[in-house]
Amino acid sequence: MAMLEVKNLSISFGGLKAVNDFHVTIEKGQLYGLIGPNGAGKTTVFNLLTGVYKPDSGSIELNGVNITGKKTIDINQAGIARTFQNIRLFKDLSVLDNVKVGLHNHHPYSTLEGILRAPRYFKVEKEMNQRALELLKVFDLDQEADFKASNLPYGKQRKLEIARALATDPKLLLLDEPAAGMNPNETKELMDTIRFVRDNFDMTILLIEHDMKLVAGICERLTVLNFGQVLTEGETSAVLNDPQVITAYLGE
Amino acid sequence: MKMKSVKNKTTIQNLITYAIVIAFWVFIQIWSKTGHMTSLLNGLLVPICTYVILAISLNLTVGILGELSLGHAGFMCVGAFSGAFFTKAMADVIPSVGVRFAIALFVGAAVAAVFGVLIGIPVLRLKGDYLAIVTLAFGEIIKNLINVFYVGKDSHGLHFSMKDVASLNLEADGEVIIKGAQGITGTPKASTFTIGIILVLITLVIILNLINSRTGRAIMAIRDNRIAAESVGINITKYKLLAFTISASIAGVAGVLYAHNLSSLAATTKNFGYNMSIMILVFVVLGGIGNIRGSIIAAVILTALPEMLRGLNNYRMLIYAIVLIVMMLFNSAPKSIEMRERLVEKIKGKNRKEAA
Repeated sequence: MAMLEVKNLSISFGGLKAVNDFHVTIEKGQLYGLIGPNGAGKTTVFNLLTGVYKPDSGSIELNGVNITGKKTIDINQAGIARTFQNIRLFKDLSVLDNVKVGLHNHHPYSTLEGILRAPRYFKVEKEMNQRALELLKVFDLDQEADFKASNLPYGKQRKLEIARALATDPKLLLLDEPAAGMNPNETKELMDTIRFVRDNFDMTILLIEHDMKLVAGICERLTVLNFGQVLTEGETSAVLNDPQVITAYLGE
Repeated sequence: MKMKSVKNKTTIQNLITYAIVIAFWVFIQIWSKTGHMTSLLNGLLVPICTYVILAISLNLTVGILGELSLGHAGFMCVGAFSGAFFTKAMADVIPSVGVRFAIALFVGAAVAAVFGVLIGIPVLRLKGDYLAIVTLAFGEIIKNLINVFYVGKDSHGLHFSMKDVASLNLEADGEVIIKGAQGITGTPKASTFTIGIILVLITLVIILNLINSRTGRAIMAIRDNRIAAESVGINITKYKLLAFTISASIAGVAGVLYAHNLSSLAATTKNFGYNMSIMILVFVVLGGIGNIRGSIIAAVILTALPEMLRGLNNYRMLIYAIVLIVMMLFNSAPKSIEMRERLVEKIKGKNRKEAA
């Protein structure tokens, strides 16, 4: 069974067909890339997958479970976590607390237990701190655990977003332009991190990216989106050499 | 290692806040025991506690949840009337004033919480300025509703009316408890400064512990980025409503404290109108949005100041306004923040040298 199976997904805004008849099949453990020129509808696909938008038609199945049209929080609990193109951290919270918000649903205690400082509060908080620090260590952020998130340099903010997404213990991780604004060194480091996450967290990853070096370096399969429609899909090297794709990016 | 230091830092900061409140209580006790306290100042002590509680609770909505609410006085009003009503209506059932007052605090909190939920559900769908205006409207509605509300009690039980005393149809032994615009008269004066301080401390425990818990993090995450909070599985509606309701409920407690400090309670523009809501907001903004300790200090200074300046007659409000501006600059101007930070560094450096 495929990890993600999307069929005939469409949505229009007014008269504009932002995504039209989109389909993709991602196997468990795959590193999958979604590419296409600006305005092709890539982020809209992410928003459809995570329930930010409700599709006009089509179906989304995660690990055999139909999640079409569900609410964002339910989809997160079903196992999809994401990062954002324009970084969306909890900027006034500490780095550690950002990850702990991600752990929210997996380490529960009630509001009353929190206010009264019940024994469970201390126990669960301790577990949360340990788990959050483990995750931060993976991204080499443990030294900055008590920094305010907005005080981190740009590259680390992107990493923190991934750490926070992983904290929700997803099956499928969606990364929206993870390398945007990074220098070549940072991008290279990021590629290693993404591979590490896939291997060590047993993760399936779908990413949107414009940096072709990154795409060619880590993605196993690609889908190319153009004007809201699937232009082509297949093995990375085949897709990147497809004349259709080159035309879509560079024009006639 | 580092982790521990952060956690301790918050704990220490919270302990300092508690210590300030207790020190204030000790200071006032000594002041009044030595007989230097003027009766004017003495009369201000319970209102100060009331405003401190209101400021802390509003800070939960404005600073922690990040939504501007201009209807806080409305919740205080609901708490005040339900609390005072309870104390009066139960007079023959529970003879002890102290016990009635203690239960009235819970009644006020519960009724205000119910109103918090009822108003929160429609209002929290809005954002920013829209939310502020609608909460302002709800606050006014509450105040005006109470002004036309008549409740009486006789051997048959309670009677309600929105018209006048006559339409209550009371028996001969009946007693009117809430008399429309005249409100409630004859509430026992049960509030004391010590009870006020205890309530301030309880409020602080609730709010500070809430902020430093899983729930508080979720609420602040929603404030910082709603979309991201949703994407990691935080239930936005639930936590927004929870914060708003707790805030309303604590304002209700402040209302009960306020009502039991006066022998007659009426809902006027002055005490429960938008003027009051805005005054509470001024405490919060002046003390620093999201800064609980700041709210306390601002509420104390700004409540005591107009009374202390009474001798200056016409210049009173002028000086009050100037103090407002100076405090605002001291708290939030970048230059002043920088200066304060340098000062702190200097003191720290000195201490280190002395230690070495």
